[in-house]
Amino acid sequence: MMVDQFVAQIRRLGHGVIDAVMRLGFAARFFMALILASGTGLRRFSLVVREIYFAGFMSLIIISVSGLFVGMVLGLQGYNTLQRFGSESALGVLVALSLLRELGPVVAALLFASRAGTAMTAEIGLMKSTEQLVAMDMMAVNPLARVIAPKFWAGVLSMPLLAAIFSAVGIFGGYLIGVRFIGVDAGTFWSQMQAQVSVRTDILYGVYKSFVFGVVVTAIALFEGFDAPATAEGVSRATTRTVVISSLAILVLDFVLTAFMLGGN
Amino acid sequence: MANDPSIKVECNILVFFHLIYPVTLLYMSSETLVEITNLDFSYPNRAILKGINLSIPKGQVVAIMGGSGCGKTTLLRLIGGMIRAQSGKVCVGGEDIQGMTRDQLYGMRRRMGMLFQFGALFTDLSVFENVAFPLREHTDLPESMIADLVLLKLHVVGLRGAAYMMPSELSGGMSRRVALARAIALDPMLMMYDEPFTGLDPISLGVIGKLIRDLNDALGTTSILVTHDIHESLNMVDYVYFISEGQVVAQGTPDEVRHSASAFVEQFVNGYPDGPVPFHYPAPSLQEDLRMGTRK
Ligand SMILES: Nc1ncnc2c1ncn2[C@@H]1O[C@H](COP(=O)(O)OP(=O)(O)OP(=O)(O)O)[C@@H](O)[C@H]1O
Ligand SMILES: [Mg+2]
Repeated sequence: MMVDQFVAQIRRLGHGVIDAVMRLGFAARFFMALILASGTGLRRFSLVVREIYFAGFMSLIIISVSGLFVGMVLGLQGYNTLQRFGSESALGVLVALSLLRELGPVVAALLFASRAGTAMTAEIGLMKSTEQLVAMDMMAVNPLARVIAPKFWAGVLSMPLLAAIFSAVGIFGGYLIGVRFIGVDAGTFWSQMQAQVSVRTDILYGVYKSFVFGVVVTAIALFEGFDAPATAEGVSRATTRTVVISSLAILVLDFVLTAFMLGGN
Repeated sequence: MANDPSIKVECNILVFFHLIYPVTLLYMSSETLVEITNLDFSYPNRAILKGINLSIPKGQVVAIMGGSGCGKTTLLRLIGGMIRAQSGKVCVGGEDIQGMTRDQLYGMRRRMGMLFQFGALFTDLSVFENVAFPLREHTDLPESMIADLVLLKLHVVGLRGAAYMMPSELSGGMSRRVALARAIALDPMLMMYDEPFTGLDPISLGVIGKLIRDLNDALGTTSILVTHDIHESLNMVDYVYFISEGQVVAQGTPDEVRHSASAFVEQFVNGYPDGPVPFHYPAPSLQEDLRMGTRK
């Protein structure tokens, strides 16, 4: 009896591992096919623009509001910490660097995953379960090229822009709190920021990160939708998985990318 | 715009093809359009089709009937090249569907229309845009001509007035008629209907039945009709195949079917619960299953 159960456990473990590896392989093939099918979407750019509206533009409000509050918190916390060392003048630098290098790309990507990523997964999953994708394929129109690739490029293009907006609004929030509310000198706040923030190592690194996050989050969201079992439960699970997997991927990748970037200096 | 010579040429070509269609049909009426030979298909754990043979002549409406789950939808998917069989051949217009590359298959599908069991309209597009979809994707027609064609197709299915509604605002029967208009947008040579009659009231049912017949004859299409509805379909089709347990068990013209001596056909036509068609999905005997339940 004991042995039986043990064997069953091992078998279940093996099954899980094989399943995971298979899904990973399937995802890789999906991604390749997606890239190969991108020609149409880029030729008919209006398709991508439409998706940018849904994925990017519709995320603007949540991105800006979150950015503002994150920036204001940074202003408060930053001032509180810096004044212990008598270096309140560095507040602008602290706010700007935290946002541009870390919080902008990461938090914007997390928000993007839960706002736009879930919407993509649910939409693709529903299109699949109501046979819309098969019907399109049957009309000799490749769903990968017509539906999925435009969403992918829209996500990839929107993500760095959203992160930039997040950081900009965040810096403004830090300014509101630090300068307007607490009374740090405005000249110091901006000039220190201008002197210390480098375009190549700070701003561009943030852009690279958010570009990578854009690719990863959008690809995960689209794959989960495409791979969802064609039932209500399947679609809802896929939507949850989009948030969980892309959040984990963002945080892990952020560490890896940061290590590379700092190591490269 | 109306004086653009290229549009005139396209118009003339369209008219020309519509005029020449019936003539070509006359010459080809004896040919078969779809030929299926010794087709085997199974899902990983279950054989669905076991050596099916059937042929569908050009210009006819052919019904494929059989119990629920016998593999009718699967058969349509095989003809459309959406899935591949383990062995056997599916030829459409003399070309083997299974051996085609994706591009060849897409070329073939442009000339096929399929009405899905649940319509499968694109829910983010209006009725008009749904019908315009194949035209926009596959032709370079100017907007004004697309609009005319779409309204004509919608007129045929009686829903010109619903052109600017969204699919979510339609009833099931209306959705299916819109899907029908979309499927015939490019005047296909082969139409496949998957259960066009389910869930319709008797009037809509008659309307759709007549539509299928009229479209077939007016456009010179060939139609495959998958259905359970024997009484409606016997009135409108040219030929019937019965499928059971993965094989063709009976076939014939509607008259032959009505007078058939086959036990299967008799059960199907009269709807007897007992006969060659089992009611139960294959399973261990009930006693065995239940006793296992009590043991736990
Ligand atoms: N993706 C799949 N994986 C495994 N088995 C499947 C799959 N799709 C269908 N089947 C099985 O194949 C059989 C035939 O399915 P199919 O959809 O072709 O039936 P059908 O004749 O169209 O039935 P209905 O009249 O109810 O629509 C069913 O018994 C079903 O259990
Ligand atoms: Mg079916």
